Amino acid sequence: MQTGTMVIISVVSMGGIGAVLAAFLAVADKKFKTLEDPRVELLLNILPSSNCGGCGYPGCRMLAEKLLAGDAPPNVCVAGGNRVAKELAAFLGVEAKEHTRMLAVVLCKGGHAEALRNARYKGEETCTAANLTAGDKACTYGCLGYGECVDACKYDAMAMDANGVPVVFYDKCIGCGACVRACPRNIIEMHPEDHKLFVYCRSKDKGAYAKKVCAVSCIACGLCVKDCSVAGGIALKDNLAVVDYATAPQNDESTKRCPTKCIFSGIEEKVTKEAFLSVARKKAV
Amino acid sequence: MGVGTFDRGIHPEYHKELTSGKRIESAALPKTVIIPLQQHAGAPCVPLVKKGDTVVEGQKIGDVKAFVSAPVHASISGKVKDVELSHHPVGVRTLSVIIEGDGAVKQWPVNERVSLDSLTPDAIRGNIREAGIVGMGGAAFPSSVKLQPPKGVTIDIVILNGCECEPYLTADHRLMVEEPEKVVWGLTAIMKAVGASKGIIGIEENKPDAIEAVQKAASNSSNVSVAVLAAKYPQGAEKMLIQAAVKRKVPVGKLPLDAGVLVNNVGTAVAFYEALNWGKPLIERVLTVSGNAVSQPKNLRVRIGASFEDILNQCGGLVREGTGVIPPSVEVLNGGPMMGIAQGTLNVPVVKGTSGITALKTVSLKREGYGPCIKCAACVEVCPMGLMPYRLGDYGRAQRTVEFKDWAGLSCIECGCCSYVCPAKRPLVHWIRVAKFKARTETVKVAK
Repeated sequence: MQTGTMVIISVVSMGGIGAVLAAFLAVADKKFKTLEDPRVELLLNILPSSNCGGCGYPGCRMLAEKLLAGDAPPNVCVAGGNRVAKELAAFLGVEAKEHTRMLAVVLCKGGHAEALRNARYKGEETCTAANLTAGDKACTYGCLGYGECVDACKYDAMAMDANGVPVVFYDKCIGCGACVRACPRNIIEMHPEDHKLFVYCRSKDKGAYAKKVCAVSCIACGLCVKDCSVAGGIALKDNLAVVDYATAPQNDESTKRCPTKCIFSGIEEKVTKEAFLSVARKKAV
Repeated sequence: MGVGTFDRGIHPEYHKELTSGKRIESAALPKTVIIPLQQHAGAPCVPLVKKGDTVVEGQKIGDVKAFVSAPVHASISGKVKDVELSHHPVGVRTLSVIIEGDGAVKQWPVNERVSLDSLTPDAIRGNIREAGIVGMGGAAFPSSVKLQPPKGVTIDIVILNGCECEPYLTADHRLMVEEPEKVVWGLTAIMKAVGASKGIIGIEENKPDAIEAVQKAASNSSNVSVAVLAAKYPQGAEKMLIQAAVKRKVPVGKLPLDAGVLVNNVGTAVAFYEALNWGKPLIERVLTVSGNAVSQPKNLRVRIGASFEDILNQCGGLVREGTGVIPPSVEVLNGGPMMGIAQGTLNVPVVKGTSGITALKTVSLKREGYGPCIKCAACVEVCPMGLMPYRLGDYGRAQRTVEFKDWAGLSCIECGCCSYVCPAKRPLVHWIRVAKFKARTETVKVAK
């Protein structure tokens, strides 16, 4: 066979196969076309696309679909905050609602210096593993100190301090709640930004025992209950002071007489990443 | 006749010679006992006494209506000092009744012997429930629940576990040597309660005196026999024992009763005898105190609720009295070295599932850090459940619960063979335990 003929046959056969397949694809494109709401893509441009899960849905795309279906309110995105809430409301043509910023609060201050250690824990250094055998601290309610919450935080908004308890940087925390889900002792809670007064202890032990095992535990003495200017603003429940956020004033007037200094107000302004790092750096030098 | 055995498993050093020849002694009556209200698998008990009450030995002090539960009884006579949270040998603090003893000892009718024909299966179950008997091998599953198989399930064989494959422990061994009649009688009572036609007592071949004693005691009963099994760990695990003694396999994720078999510990059988004949609830148990940090290893009959410190002091002591602190040179375990749980304090009570107290010198333990997995598959070769421990461990560390479940991680029996053989010293069973816990709690969350 001559070379020229072979070239022609090759070109024709390959071109033919290509044309047939292209025709098939063209038909398939028309016939099997799935209609996706084009607004989903537009909503994804507004949403932060961080897939943090703070809204309760697995990711931003899922939230976009729920928003369009009307199943989710426009102020549900925690990572986006007020700006995204407004833009979403405008896009969806619904009334804009104020987005409340949520913050994670670690309700335990019992670190190396304060909490008694009565055991030696030599297992895997994660909180879940330590919690199976109650860890090495005598208090069975407090922070285990292995930092699973810090590992869970995607926003670089948490760190373990030198004392062995986690701190939240309130300038960085977006309120996704990943740390809350990671903590096996449930000592981290999500609170709206306007909550300032917290009892930094979760121990339900009786006062004498609680004081023995941790220097900053709530011993349920009831002084904050008496000092609270609104009756019933702070109550005692299961050997622990509980703040009623609907009524209790969020200032520190009721906390001054606390013998163990486990209840106080207004920590958020003080703890920023900058402040934390400057202290850490000073210590390093 | 060849000895029965199961696939895979390991041969750890047994160290049983320390106590296997020593008679069971009664421990001194404790001055105070701490009785946790949860000593069994299932729902915790509700206290029936309050601070200041006077209780007598054998009085019921905690009960709950739940099906999977067992009541607890006062193990000494005296006054209730407090009902509060106290340390438990299996980890967290639980609500416990603390009794201060007055020194009185109740005499149980030890010569009483009822005829088995006079007891109906329902009566046996009722008495066992009231006596608070749980599996005494360690898992502490309420016995009355085991005696009540669901409808449509027939149990034809009851196996008594006399293997005691855990190193150092000899409590069951001594029970079989010293009280074989009680063991055989207890077995026939269990057989009657579930309507089984055959009873087998499985004993490892390294206990010839126990085999002889039990064979002699069982010579009168035609439907009870002794199965001699290979000395291998974990021969005493339920599923391994069934495979070795009757050549049946329990399907994955199922219970022994799905294979028509019921397994009980020999200690449980003795408790059955004492409960049904003497009306004595489970207020004391036999345990082994051993290990290279104990100067006088012993087999002791101990009241439930006596503190570890009290018992160790009767075996030559370990620490200064009254401190409850474990010196850093010693590790104290609730149970044996393979599956036992290290204790943080000696102020923990003996519970129904405490089969032994092992105190080991820290220097004799190898605890350098672990290295990377070299994929030698030593763990796969020894896993009695046929799992892949190296893989399960990694899934556990990576928190990949779905894959962990797909690779049947939940059927791990936590025997510890994989960690024992791992040349890289990887704490595989620890990771798997954590992963099992995560997998179970996540299932609960989804179910809600």
